[in-house]
Amino acid sequence: MAAVKETVDQVRAIDVDQYKYGFETDIESERARKGLGEDVIRFISAKKNEPEWMLEWRLDAYKRWLTMEEPTWARVHYPQIDFQDIYYYAAPKSTPGPKSLDEVDPELLKTYEKLGIPLREQAVLAGVEGAKVAVDAVFDSVSVVTTFREELSKHGIIFCSISEAMREHPDLVKKYLGSVVPVTDNYYATLNSAVFSDGSFVYIPEGVRCPMELSTYFRINEKKTGQFERTLIIAEKGSYVSYLEGCTAPQRDENQLHAAVVELVAMEDAEIKYSTVQNWYPGDKDGKGGIYNFVTKRGDCRGDRSKISWTQVETGSAITWKYPSCILRGDDSKGEFYSIAVSNGRQQVDSGTKMIHLGKRTSSRIISKGISAGHSQNTYRGQVKVNRKADGARSFTNCDSLLIGHDCGAHTVPYLESGNPRAKVEHEATTSKISDDQLFYCISRGLDPEEAVALIVNGFVRDVLQQLPMEFAVEAQKLIGVSLEGSVG
Amino acid sequence: MLEIKNLHAEIENEGREILRGLDLVVKSGEVHAIMGPNGAGKSTLSHVLAGKPGYRVTDGAAMLDGVDILDMDPSLRAANGVFLAFQYPVEIPGVANMTFLKAALNAQRKARGQDEISTPDFMRLVRTEAGKLKITQDMLKRPVNVGFSGGEKKRNEILQMAILQPKLCILDETDSGLDIDALKVVSDGVNALRAPNRSFIVITHYQRLLDHIRPDVVHVLSKGRIVKTGGPELALELEAKGYADYASEEAA
Repeated sequence: MAAVKETVDQVRAIDVDQYKYGFETDIESERARKGLGEDVIRFISAKKNEPEWMLEWRLDAYKRWLTMEEPTWARVHYPQIDFQDIYYYAAPKSTPGPKSLDEVDPELLKTYEKLGIPLREQAVLAGVEGAKVAVDAVFDSVSVVTTFREELSKHGIIFCSISEAMREHPDLVKKYLGSVVPVTDNYYATLNSAVFSDGSFVYIPEGVRCPMELSTYFRINEKKTGQFERTLIIAEKGSYVSYLEGCTAPQRDENQLHAAVVELVAMEDAEIKYSTVQNWYPGDKDGKGGIYNFVTKRGDCRGDRSKISWTQVETGSAITWKYPSCILRGDDSKGEFYSIAVSNGRQQVDSGTKMIHLGKRTSSRIISKGISAGHSQNTYRGQVKVNRKADGARSFTNCDSLLIGHDCGAHTVPYLESGNPRAKVEHEATTSKISDDQLFYCISRGLDPEEAVALIVNGFVRDVLQQLPMEFAVEAQKLIGVSLEGSVG
Repeated sequence: MLEIKNLHAEIENEGREILRGLDLVVKSGEVHAIMGPNGAGKSTLSHVLAGKPGYRVTDGAAMLDGVDILDMDPSLRAANGVFLAFQYPVEIPGVANMTFLKAALNAQRKARGQDEISTPDFMRLVRTEAGKLKITQDMLKRPVNVGFSGGEKKRNEILQMAILQPKLCILDETDSGLDIDALKVVSDGVNALRAPNRSFIVITHYQRLLDHIRPDVVHVLSKGRIVKTGGPELALELEAKGYADYASEEAA
C-alpha cells in the first residue's frame, strides 16, 4: 500500500521529536504593542480600516471578557496563561493588502511552498488535474492571498478574508457575525471577538454548488504571537460547499496561543462540509513548547433539511480544547461529526462535539476515534441534547479509543440529555489496545514495527478518513503515521 | 535448507527452559512433520523460529541457507523467507485483506532491495492464488481475518504463503478447528506450494493432516528435544499407540 510506505519513509526521514513544519520564516513584521487593552483593539481595528460598528463590537466583547473567567472543566493542565505577555496583532510588513500573487513577499510564498500549499493556481492546475482547490492563506494575523477568486465570483461565490468582507460586504458580515457563536459565548470566543485579526469569509448564493474545494491554511510565525482568526461561512438555500482548513506553526520553546472562532450557517436544503487537518506544533517529547489550541466551532442548521458535517484530524497542539458543534434548528436537519484525534508525547486533547436537537426529526451522527500514545491524555467530551419539541429526533454516537503503550490515557465523557420521550439517542464506546499479537502478526509478514502500527491505526480510523476529500485523506493518513513515530519499541 | 543446532530457548519472564538442545535438519524440498505431546515445545519451536517476542534463546543456532536467522528481527526473517502459518490467525479491523497482503509483499521486496510490485501484477497474482484456495473477492475486501470462519482464516494463511513465496514454511497446528472439507482445501493449497527450493515444518497432534500432506520425515518432539525420527509410518504408529512411550522415555 503506497500510502503506508510513504508514511514509513516519512517517519524514517524525521528524528524523534522533529516537527516537519518547525521552520521559521524571516520576514519583517508590524506588531501591536505587547499585551491587551482598548488601545490594542483600536489599533487592530484601525489597521483593518474597519467600520465604526465593528470597533464597537470588539470593544463591547473586550469589556465582557474582562468580567469572565477562564474555564477549567476540561481535562487539560497547563500553567496560567499571561494574557499581557502576548502580541495580539502581527502582520508581515510588506503586505498591506496584496492585489495579486505578484505583490506578495516571495519569502511568504516560499513558506507556503514548504508547507506544500498549492497557492499558485498554475501549480494546482498542473499538479492535480481536475481537482482544483481555492486557497486563502493566513499568516500570523493577516490573510495573505486568496486564489481562484475570479472563477468563484462567476458563480456569485464570495471567498475572501474576513477583513475584506467587512469592507466590501458589510451587510452580510453584520447580519451573520456572532449569530452562531455569540460574543459572550465563552472565555476564548469572547477574547477572539475582541482581538480577531483575520480569517476567511465564504458566501455561497442560493442554489449554487461550489465547484471546487475551498481551503484556508493558517500559519503562526511570529514569536509570542497569538493567532485569533475568525471564519464565517454562509450557505444559502439549496447550496453546497466543502471547506478545508490546515494549520502549522514553527517549533518554539514557549507556548503560543491560538483561539479561533468558526461560524457556519446553513439555510434550507443547504449543506456545508467542513474538514480540518490540524497539525500545530505539539511541543517536544518532554512537553516543552507547543500550541495551546482553544477553539470554538459551531454550525447552525438554520433551514429545514440543511446539513452540516464536521470532519477533523487532530494531530498537533500541546493542548487541544475544541468541540465543533451543530445546532439542529431546522426540521429534518442533520449534523455529523467525524473525528480522529491522535496524541503522542505529552500532548493533552480534550475534544468532542455538541449536537443540539431543536427541530423535528433532526438527526446527528458522531464517530470519534481517539488514539493515544506516549504519555499523552486523550479525552472525548460530547454532548447530545434533545429539546422537548424535537419529535422524532435521532442521535447515534460511536466513540472508539485506541491505546498504544502503557503510559497514555483515553477518557470518554458523554453527556446525553433527552427532553423528548420519542427521541432516540444511542451511544457506543470501546477502548482497545494494539495487541502484541496484532503487532507480531504484521511483523512476521515482513512489516517493520512502525509500518505495522501505521497499518493497524489506519485501519482503526478508516471510517473517518473516508469522510475526507480524497487528496486530504492521503495527507491525513501520512500525518497520523508521522505523529505516532516513536510510539513503539 | 534449515539446520537447527543445539537450540535452547526459555520463556523470557519465567526463565523456564522449553527447548533443550533441539537438533533438526530440513532439506530444501522436504516436508517434515513434528508431532509430540502437549507441552513438548512444538509451538515454542515455531515461535522461536519466527521471532515472536517473549522467548529467550540461550544457546544454539538456526541456519537458513547458511545464515543464522535467530539474530535477525522478525520482519527481516520474513524477508529472508521464513513464514509462520499461525495456529490462531489474528484479526486486524479496518485493514482490507488485500491491503495487508500488498503491504506485506512490498515490505519484504523492499527489504530484499527489489522494486514494489505493480498494482496490475499484484491483482493478477492475488486473483490466481485466491482462486486456487476458493477465496472469494469478498474475503479479499474484508478486514484481515475479521468475521472469518476457522476454515477461512486458515485458507487465508495459505493465501499469504502463496503470495509471499517463502523458503521455509512453518505450519503451527494448521489442522486445528478445521472440518474435513476445509482440511482438504488447505492441504491441497499446501501441496501445490511444495517445491524443490522450499521446506516445510508441519506441526500437528494428529495423523489426519498427514494423510493429506504427505511428510518425507516425521519427528517426535518431547520435553524440548527431538527424540525419534522416522518416515511417514512413524505418524501411524503414534496414532495407534499415543505418546506415552516418549514421555516416559524422556523422564527415565
